[in-house]
Amino acid sequence: MTSTSELSLEALEDVAKRIRRDIVTMIAAANSGHPGGSLSAVEIFVVLYFRIARHDPNKPDWPDRDRVILSKGHATPIIYATLAEAGYFPIDELLTFRQLGTRLQGHITTGTPHGVENTAGSLAQGLPYSIGQALAARMDGRDYRVYCVLGDGELNEGSIWEAAMSASHYRLDNLTAIVDRNHIQNDGFGDETLIPQNQRDEHTGAWVRADGHTANIMSLEPLADKWRAFGWHVEEVDGHDLVALIDALEQAKSVKGQPTVIIAHTTKGKGVSFMENNPVFHARAPSPEQLEQALREIG
Amino acid sequence: MASVSEKIAATREAFGPTLIRLVQQGLDIAVVDADLGVSTTAAAFGKEFPGRFFSVGVAEQNMIGVAAGLAGAGKTVFASSFAVFVPYRCYDQIRISLAYPKANVKLVASHGGLVTGEDGFSAQALEDLTMMCSLPNFSVIFPADVVESARAIEMAAHTPGPFYIRTFRPKIPVIYSDDFRFELGKAHQLRDGRDATIIAVGEMVYIALQAAEKLAAEGVQCRVLNMSSLKPLDERAITAAANETGAIVTAEDHQIRIGLGSMVAQVTAGSHPVPMEFVGVHDRFGESGKWEELLEHFGLTSNAIADAVRKAISRK
Repeated sequence: MTSTSELSLEALEDVAKRIRRDIVTMIAAANSGHPGGSLSAVEIFVVLYFRIARHDPNKPDWPDRDRVILSKGHATPIIYATLAEAGYFPIDELLTFRQLGTRLQGHITTGTPHGVENTAGSLAQGLPYSIGQALAARMDGRDYRVYCVLGDGELNEGSIWEAAMSASHYRLDNLTAIVDRNHIQNDGFGDETLIPQNQRDEHTGAWVRADGHTANIMSLEPLADKWRAFGWHVEEVDGHDLVALIDALEQAKSVKGQPTVIIAHTTKGKGVSFMENNPVFHARAPSPEQLEQALREIG
Repeated sequence: MASVSEKIAATREAFGPTLIRLVQQGLDIAVVDADLGVSTTAAAFGKEFPGRFFSVGVAEQNMIGVAAGLAGAGKTVFASSFAVFVPYRCYDQIRISLAYPKANVKLVASHGGLVTGEDGFSAQALEDLTMMCSLPNFSVIFPADVVESARAIEMAAHTPGPFYIRTFRPKIPVIYSDDFRFELGKAHQLRDGRDATIIAVGEMVYIALQAAEKLAAEGVQCRVLNMSSLKPLDERAITAAANETGAIVTAEDHQIRIGLGSMVAQVTAGSHPVPMEFVGVHDRFGESGKWEELLEHFGLTSNAIADAVRKAISRK
């Protein structure tokens, strides 16, 4: 474990606050990027990097490090801000995000910068990658664990379920997936849960929002049952509750013979009022005025 | 000068046995398979080293990701299926998880080309070489016989980075002796002549040798190059062939549009343009039939190559 594992709850909350500030700041500087799904995953990353995962910023290639795999590869701000906060590279570098020549590419690439495990951007590739890492741990008799952060939108991809099937087939109890269940994807609301006013087209069955935006892009519920049916142990938590996340991740370590998925119920854009539950901020930068407001609200 | 031998074998047969040998030599290899291990011969490896063999079921997209993860943890990984499934079913995964990060994963795709035979168009990969040569960081090899297939697999295992190796199903005459050494990025000259050059890949190499023998009988001397290393491509050998023989015919069990032929033409266009003719599949899908019949039907024969050579020479 690194020394960060000793951080108090209050200290973790401060880290979360700084990471949120970095996320909106770097996206505003780049004038592009994905704030919504980065802000929803802040507590997940804080808990992984500052409490749960065994890692060392000075030894990014340490063979026994736990692996944190970001499957939803567009949420680069959360992983870059977290790695910078953890000491993998200078925080100032965040301002180069998405600029020509930067190491901080729009979507993550292995080893750039150190600490980024996988390459992603096209969805659903992190879970298969995690399975490969978990199998390799077995082959080598190593006790590292693999943590894979998934978006809920990417659960639309069929290959996620190919991977889910194989993880339980191989009884990968060294693998924990965390679903950032924020209910919003690129074109709008993923399912009916959050749709303010909707109606179902009587012919096609599709949900259509009053303002004409596509809604109910793809229903995932009953999501926990789906994972259970694929052979996974399931935990459901409030994804912004640090203690609940820590408990669930600790619990996952003691589950034997099957992989664990933690469905972390989150709010897209969490911490910034005008981004919360607003599909527009899946992939939009705040204006300078909005950045100011966002920083004020985050505190 | 090389000539085809009496011995016959399929290039796919080299896969499992070669990997077994490599592990016995100490390589840390993992194999991922998508329910075609008996046909690709990966299953033979799984039987020998069950702790190094992972079946993912009929799930090629997942197979590529699992292979990338194993490679990311330091393994030398081989993933295999039929060429119509890898790369077609998982091209996005290959691009993102293997090509860009230069993952140490070797894709061995068996049952390439028309010669897959009776299963028909859906099973006949005719565009895979184009797809794989288009991706930065990939090396692409299409061996001509079982010996070259084994050597290419050994070389790929010892060379970091992603590889695509296409093998095929029918047993064809063995060209190379066991001491053959494969060199990535080097064309292998099997025969020399000054009137024209035939550049071929895969099973078309032995058919090209047959064509060259026929032409020699009528006084036309051909150089024959096995261009098994499609990427990196031996541009020097191509330019030398253009320079020294003045006419080129390419032969491939693949679409001629953006296949071997167009890659060779791109080189000569930039260095030494000469008359060229292209033997291969002309913008069509395959169909069911015996593999020898299919080659005849689609014009991938020694007679077709010989005709193309005569035509190219007449245009000098």
